Amino acid sequence: MASSLEIKNLHVSIGDKEIVKGLSLTVKTGEVHAIMGPNGTGKSTLSKAIAGHPDYTITSGDVLIDGKSILGIEPDERARAGLFLAFQYPAEIPGVSIANFIRAALQAKMGEGEELDATAYYKKLYQKMDMLQIDRKFTSRAVNDGFSGGEKKRCEILQMAMLEPRFAMMDETDSGLDIDALRIVSDGVNQLKGDALGVIMITHYQRLLNYIVPDHVHVMWDGRIVKSGDKSLALELEAKGYEWVKKELIKA
Amino acid sequence: MADTTLTSEPVQSDNPVTGIDQSAGNFSYKVDYEFDAGTGLSEKTVEYISAAKKEDPWIREFRLKALKVFESKPMPTHWATKDLEAIDFSKIRYYLSSGQKPKRTWDEVPDDIKRTFERLGIPEQERKFLAGVEAQFDSEAAYSNVKEAVSKQGVIFMNSGEALKEHPEIFKKWFGKVIPTGDNKFSALNSAVFSGGSFIYVPKGVKVSHPLQAYFRINAENFGQFERTLIIADEGSEVTYMEGCTAPKFSTSTLHSAVVELVALKGAKIQYITVQNWAANVFNLVTKRGVAHEEAEIKWIDCNIGSRLTMKYPGVILKGRKARGEVISIALANDGQHQDTGAKMVHAADETTSNIIAKSISVGHGRSTYRGMVHMPKHLKGCKNNTECDALLINTNSRTDTYPSITVRGAENKVQHEASVSKVSEEQIFYMRQRGLTEAQAMSLSVNGFINDLARQFPMEYSVELKRLIDLEMEGSVG
Repeated sequence: MASSLEIKNLHVSIGDKEIVKGLSLTVKTGEVHAIMGPNGTGKSTLSKAIAGHPDYTITSGDVLIDGKSILGIEPDERARAGLFLAFQYPAEIPGVSIANFIRAALQAKMGEGEELDATAYYKKLYQKMDMLQIDRKFTSRAVNDGFSGGEKKRCEILQMAMLEPRFAMMDETDSGLDIDALRIVSDGVNQLKGDALGVIMITHYQRLLNYIVPDHVHVMWDGRIVKSGDKSLALELEAKGYEWVKKELIKA
Repeated sequence: MADTTLTSEPVQSDNPVTGIDQSAGNFSYKVDYEFDAGTGLSEKTVEYISAAKKEDPWIREFRLKALKVFESKPMPTHWATKDLEAIDFSKIRYYLSSGQKPKRTWDEVPDDIKRTFERLGIPEQERKFLAGVEAQFDSEAAYSNVKEAVSKQGVIFMNSGEALKEHPEIFKKWFGKVIPTGDNKFSALNSAVFSGGSFIYVPKGVKVSHPLQAYFRINAENFGQFERTLIIADEGSEVTYMEGCTAPKFSTSTLHSAVVELVALKGAKIQYITVQNWAANVFNLVTKRGVAHEEAEIKWIDCNIGSRLTMKYPGVILKGRKARGEVISIALANDGQHQDTGAKMVHAADETTSNIIAKSISVGHGRSTYRGMVHMPKHLKGCKNNTECDALLINTNSRTDTYPSITVRGAENKVQHEASVSKVSEEQIFYMRQRGLTEAQAMSLSVNGFINDLARQFPMEYSVELKRLIDLEMEGSVG
């Protein structure tokens, strides 16, 4: 049975400033939603607030997974409940290898007294790395430490592949990528797509959507979703620009 | 003097080192000791210790002289922390003979302490010893096996007290030569009341394949408060010594003041590894120094966790041409703790090299201080020093200070110094939590990452224990 992530009339503030102003969206596993919008419209704020970043205050509304609110639980509990955020700017963790980090994350999902099987873990890790065309040496490097933009994004996708979330929010995954890196990262996401995963792709440009084709496209403007449609909306947006949305909004 | 009753002072604060509340009521217990020098320090105390140990007159004189030096020296508070003034020397017990059974049962040990031992993976027998249920940890067998194996190579490995009786000629030749009585107030104190500690002599050309562990020996004889260790590696020999263990030692004493002297003769190598985890009420004031002769090498690997105040600056006097000295230091200061650590390198011959890598972690209100001294006089040629000193801060209240003192004269010597301060940022913690790690797990991983390159130099079992210890430490520091 499909799971659902429901965002209900969400309001988010940073300090006194309201950034997300009543946003609603339901994503089911098996679906890919794209949220597009100009810079500063609240796209990244939305994803961080849902993940539970302490700097973002949810002033009203709710976020539910399968009908259960996640707002009362800690960021790590939300993660263990199956929520994944691919960061636009992932943090560096010097001295901790990617292999050890993912292992610690998987171990954290297990119950008290349960021990992750090391052999099975590495088997799975190598399998996912092969799938994502990642070099074996990559995972012995410290997490994001001195990585190029492309390497950081690949590291995020690898973690996503290993942690197998139910819902992934991908924040500007295409930013800072050249065309080759973009293709590799999108290929990876396409491989991970499926009945068990719901994806929210946050992007500024239509470019990414040539590679990862969304089922639904939403345009975000000033903290709200102002327009929704299928993938053709992205193309229309690309052709007419965000000014077009603005004009439509003024008319209405 | 027998049958004196000691009531251990209740420890006021909980111990963030282990997340253990040491104030748990039943942690105060009575112990009867066979020999007890009473509280306070005087000539009588020193004479009592010397008599109880049935020592030769020269040692007794050595002790009495040291007492005078101790009394004449002021507390080093002109450069060190004023917290030293909190030590009340009149309330300390300077000598208790070992081997007595404290009257406490395992059932009386608080559950959280039992859990800590379990988490650290400490064997059942050792848990009882560490919790003070058994005065002796029955590792005598393991110790004598090691002792027997190395004695076939001519290695002497025994308690310092024993060595004073059995090998006075070697002992006397080196004892107090690397660290003279008057080196500092606490080396003088140790010289007056020392008891316990290890003595090792490795003959010419002998390479001791397994590390010698004080873990066995000290456990077998109770931990010393004022231990005195002397290691002599004769020409071309090699030895590694490991002391301490990562389990918190629930000591009733609040002052630990050891003196450790190393002598590496021509071409010899000594590696001295310490991992210590003290209860949060302990003053840990230790003097450690080695002399490296021509082409000899001394390496200190020092890891300090816990204690109220630790002051420790392992040093190497590079006395012979091409001698090498190294200090690898890790210090972790949690809430209410001050780790004042560092290194000393005294270049006293041409082409000598030294390397200092110090990493400190300050958590909560914890405070870390690095003091480094590198001395290279003008007349020397071809000397090199490398100093790296990195601090990691976890949360904004913690404090770190660096006091490097590098005296380098002469154009033909090279010095390199690097220092860094980094913070475990909120973004880093959030990133890890987003992957499912708890706040404590995330902090622990950051700390382990920070010391990773140094921890790799530890023997396997020590680095595993160290990792577990950091996990516990971080659990205790998260609300």
